[in-house]
Amino acid sequence: MVAKPGLDGHDRGARIIARAYRDAGFEVVYTGLHQTPEEIVEAAIQEDVDMIGLSSLAGAHRYLFPAVVNLLRERGADDIVVCGGGIIPDEDLEKLKQAGIKQIFTPGTPLEEIVTWVKENVTPR
Amino acid sequence: MAMSSLAEKVVAGDVRSVARLIRDIDDGITEVREVLKDLYPHTGNAYVVGITGSPGVGKSTLVDQMVAHLRERGKTVGVLAVDPTSPFSGGAILGDRVRMQRHSMDQGVFIRSLATRGHFGGLTQSTRSAIDVLDAMGKDYILVETVGVGQDEVDVVRSAHTTVIVVVPGMGDDIQAIKAGILEVGDIFVINKADREGTDKTLSDLRLMIEMDQKKYDEGGWKPPILKVEAVFDKGVAEFIDEIDRHARYLVDSGIGLHFRSNQERVRQELAEMVKGRLIEEVLNTLTDTGDFDRAVESITEGNTDPYTACDQLVLPTIRHSKESRD
Ligand SMILES: Nc1nc2c(ncn2[C@@H]2O[C@H](COP(=O)(O)OP(=O)(O)O)[C@@H](O)[C@H]2O)c(=O)[nH]1
Ligand SMILES: [Mg+2]
Repeated sequence: MVAKPGLDGHDRGARIIARAYRDAGFEVVYTGLHQTPEEIVEAAIQEDVDMIGLSSLAGAHRYLFPAVVNLLRERGADDIVVCGGGIIPDEDLEKLKQAGIKQIFTPGTPLEEIVTWVKENVTPR
Repeated sequence: MAMSSLAEKVVAGDVRSVARLIRDIDDGITEVREVLKDLYPHTGNAYVVGITGSPGVGKSTLVDQMVAHLRERGKTVGVLAVDPTSPFSGGAILGDRVRMQRHSMDQGVFIRSLATRGHFGGLTQSTRSAIDVLDAMGKDYILVETVGVGQDEVDVVRSAHTTVIVVVPGMGDDIQAIKAGILEVGDIFVINKADREGTDKTLSDLRLMIEMDQKKYDEGGWKPPILKVEAVFDKGVAEFIDEIDRHARYLVDSGIGLHFRSNQERVRQELAEMVKGRLIEEVLNTLTDTGDFDRAVESITEGNTDPYTACDQLVLPTIRHSKESRD
């Protein structure tokens, strides 16, 4: 599932990555802009996804990414892998990983690299 | 016989169990059959509406509004949104949820996206099973959105109580296409985006087409209404839902009934499809497992036999075996 938490109004990046996943043979549920962590987690559970890819451009990651991980844990669904992408400063990377975000893809990461990482690290549950 | 614990959880409305079961159905996991058997006695209570039409006509937007209206009327709702699988990669982007996200926190609503994939049990079979799951879960209404292109998609909406065909103004060619294939399955026609030019022209085109069957209506058959709707602006949606209710009453009054599972014709058709899908799956799986299939392919490509003989050799023993085990 590709989701876009937070308030900024651009989902071009999210759409590009969704298309790359599709072209790699994945089924991608796209949920659109302005999602709260609660909405993202509920959708992921109803869709029974293997992975959630979160996209953020405007600093939403600091609070919203870990919030998704925590809510999944509360719902007993922490076997869903959470990854993030977007404009994320270096100093936040380690903190996010500690908070349970499995991998972060910063701008410029080639799409093939992302897809390969997912294929190697996300096993269908 | 005791219900499986998964079936029990589904009947109790447990969202995670429902979600997992639908995934297993879609993946063709054989164990789900036992769960579906347990669930069957708990199905037959939901009202199923199929919504079909070309990409972009506003089906998901309409479904979103329908959910809002049905919730206001105190009904619980399940949504199955089917999108096409890419024939090139086998992947799919399932984007219908974008239009329906405002309902995601509502416990009375369950939304699930499905890809058409291309598996031989057929989309029809797996979607029907998914409908059964939402039915057993206790949803009052189940809305199934499909892109009205292939036979499979048409069959899916056909198993609904009410089938809705959505068009937009200025789609002359589309109406030709409807004429060719899916007119007969439409119980209600929606002209969405009626805020656009050409609505009245489309209305009269559709009317002309529907009135070709005037004789059927004179004999008491259902005459499909045509509705002007502006889904994004929530215009005409309440009236549309009233028409669905009217169609439901027609099904009851005309003796067709809402319980399709006690309708011989329906059961005959659905069972035939299920047997067909299952046979193909079982036979092909066996032939693949034993290596017979690959050997036949090799033998044809090496020029040792022809496909007709090979097909006989693959199929006949299976049929003979199944006859013997019956005697
Ligand atoms: N002008 C207008 N646009 C609409 C209307 N209903 C839906 N749309 C737009 O049509 C586009 C496609 O809608 P969507 O529901 O995704 O179509 P689907 O592919 O059939 O599910 C979206 O941009 C909607 O906002 C309407 O009544 N009028
Ligand atoms: Mg749609």
